[in-house]
Amino acid sequence: MAEKLLDLQGVSMSFGGLRVIDNLDLHVDEGEIVSVIGPNGAGKTTLFNLVTGIYQPTDGDIVFAGASIKGLEPHQITRRGIARTFQTLRLFLNMTVRENVMAAAYGHTKAGVFRSMLRTPGMRREEQEIRALAEKRLAFFGERLMGYRWDQPAYSLSYANRRRLEIARATATNPRMLLLDEPAAGMNPKETQEITELIAKLRTEAGYTILVIEHDMHVVEGISDRVIALDHGLKIAEGTFEQVATSPKVVEAYLGTGGMARK
Amino acid sequence: MSGGYDDELTRPLKGALEATTSEGPTSPAVGRDEWVARHGDNRMGRGGRLGLLEDRLRFVPWWAWLTLFVVLFSLVPVASDSGYVRRVAFDIAIYMLLALGLNVVVGWGGLLDLGYVAFFGIGAYSYALLSSDHYGIHLPTIVAIPLVVVIGACVGFLVGLPSRRLTGDYLAIVTLFFLQLFLTVTTNGDDLFGHNVTGGANGILRVDPLSFFGHALPVSRQGGLFNPAYLYVVLAVFVVVFVALRFVNLSRTGRAWRSLREDPLAAEVMGMPVNSLKLMSFAFGAAIAALTGTFVTAVNASAFPLSFSFPLLIIVYTMVILGGAGNQAGVVLGAVLVGILLELLRDPGDSRVLFYAVVVLGLFAALRLSVRFAVVLAGVAVFGLVVHSIAGAIDSGWVNGSGGEGGGVADAMANWVVVPVAPAGWVAPVSYISVVSLALVLTLVRGWARLALLVPVLYLAAFVWENVMIAHPEPTRYIVLGVLLIALMILRPSGLLGEKRVEII
Repeated sequence: MAEKLLDLQGVSMSFGGLRVIDNLDLHVDEGEIVSVIGPNGAGKTTLFNLVTGIYQPTDGDIVFAGASIKGLEPHQITRRGIARTFQTLRLFLNMTVRENVMAAAYGHTKAGVFRSMLRTPGMRREEQEIRALAEKRLAFFGERLMGYRWDQPAYSLSYANRRRLEIARATATNPRMLLLDEPAAGMNPKETQEITELIAKLRTEAGYTILVIEHDMHVVEGISDRVIALDHGLKIAEGTFEQVATSPKVVEAYLGTGGMARK
Repeated sequence: MSGGYDDELTRPLKGALEATTSEGPTSPAVGRDEWVARHGDNRMGRGGRLGLLEDRLRFVPWWAWLTLFVVLFSLVPVASDSGYVRRVAFDIAIYMLLALGLNVVVGWGGLLDLGYVAFFGIGAYSYALLSSDHYGIHLPTIVAIPLVVVIGACVGFLVGLPSRRLTGDYLAIVTLFFLQLFLTVTTNGDDLFGHNVTGGANGILRVDPLSFFGHALPVSRQGGLFNPAYLYVVLAVFVVVFVALRFVNLSRTGRAWRSLREDPLAAEVMGMPVNSLKLMSFAFGAAIAALTGTFVTAVNASAFPLSFSFPLLIIVYTMVILGGAGNQAGVVLGAVLVGILLELLRDPGDSRVLFYAVVVLGLFAALRLSVRFAVVLAGVAVFGLVVHSIAGAIDSGWVNGSGGEGGGVADAMANWVVVPVAPAGWVAPVSYISVVSLALVLTLVRGWARLALLVPVLYLAAFVWENVMIAHPEPTRYIVLGVLLIALMILRPSGLLGEKRVEII
């Protein structure tokens, strides 16, 4: 049995009186790809915001790689090895594609302001390493983000390429675990298939553990070792794709009870 | 240049090949992108000789531009022995430093710091207190300047503390309040808990000039001329600051600053400590402003609260926005242009030439070289001559006024624009208000109606210029600056050298 990399223990989150995540136990093992599904408003993105430290849980504990990350600042959590993408793309639009990725190397690089001013040999070496790292991360997507696009501002990219750039940027933080928030949203069927293959490659070639939120069931079926279904902040099903997809509770959450259909 | 481009293309292609080898024949090729592959043919420059020149100029390295600029700038005292010109050059160099500092906070950090000139003032006052008779402290410059920079950075850090929680408008209000606080404290600082700290409205007088290794650098030479050595000192500091900031901008810190300008939450989640980066950006801007304050105080030998007030804030912001926030060369260009413009507008003769040149150029920019351009120009000229001769025929007193001292343009205009000897009191306000309202009406009409209306509006503008504005250079400077800024923001929202920006797509 693989080791638990991320472990949420009885996590709850309330906004005022609204309980968005309710006593959630969830774990992701090292090297696993886990999908989180659920209707809109089920608490999936809130779950990501809790893990990355944007929100603080009102209850419970979040353990990553054997240590609690509850109460840490988001950038500290990123340095521990969790990186994420955003459902609503949040790129640095007015920076170049390469700079977007290079910027994310901040956490594991060291050169200070004064060394940068003097351009010390150590700083220049590190800068070259960051550059090489960024180009390597971008090369992961084949030709899509290559060549002249490196020096183009991120706003010039198409929607699908922006999604790819978000993933490239997240991987530049050198994470152990990737949280992907709807990586296939807004993509056409061909691009969706491509992203499915990419997510698989992210594990096999780069070795990331992946937690993914996805609505596209083809993607979920194609990549998941395990699927977790949320509804109103509660875990309603967990297991293989087939187990979850056929679970009556999941069907009910998505389609409602049979009452309307019978009429 | 094409060789370097090929290199860049082949390298990624190799990576892509490796990436696609594992794919089966039926699955879609991951990352195959025809557009990128064909991009070499798609890259379009501007055609013709201008385009060629543009392509060539792009390959001139930045330090060559900087050297050229600084050398030209330092030749000003050689080219002119006028103390006034040298002093103006010094003031512009000061503006350049201020713009560079503000660019760190606003252009890179994306923090709307409306208290910026207060840091300039803090630098000025710190230097004045550390090197004057006020407390009898006379630190040598080599000690005073680093101390002032540290003080500026510390105050910037403290003022930046609320910025950790505040963004946008809220931060702007807090920093604006800080500027007002600074002005209030310095103005009433002659009785601060019973101590005379800042000299109040009378300021601090008899501040030491700069001194290096025991040698004082006199502000004026024999005959009271401005000592160009001060210009060289500030230019040297400018080069150091410019290069240092450029290197910071191209380092991980600079990228982090720009990331937090673009999206603070994403920056934080990508591992950048946004709070400390904001504080650092604030402290950097403040330190540069404080450093600049020392030179101004040393040259003026005094520091007054009102030198660091809102007009200066607006001017420095104009420079940064006009030049292109975020682009170092741009904000320096903005500082030079605005600095020169403000000086030219002081002198009625110069400002008249400038006014008509800007009107004709603006017309040209709007209509291009076309029949309409010629028609409007000729129309305005004829219209003016007709109005002038009619007015002269009715009463010669209506056209014999003088709108300011001479020059060839002035003489030509005297035969064209109606300038009454003693205009009635209502003429100035009515003509001014009508030219502004007619200019606004112009934006509402289209086609030939607009061209037809343009003729009397332009003539009325000339009338207002000769009769109203030229007599009041001080407000006129700011009005012209404001109009230019509005026009530029419509034509080029990113500033002269700024990169095109998007907010949301």
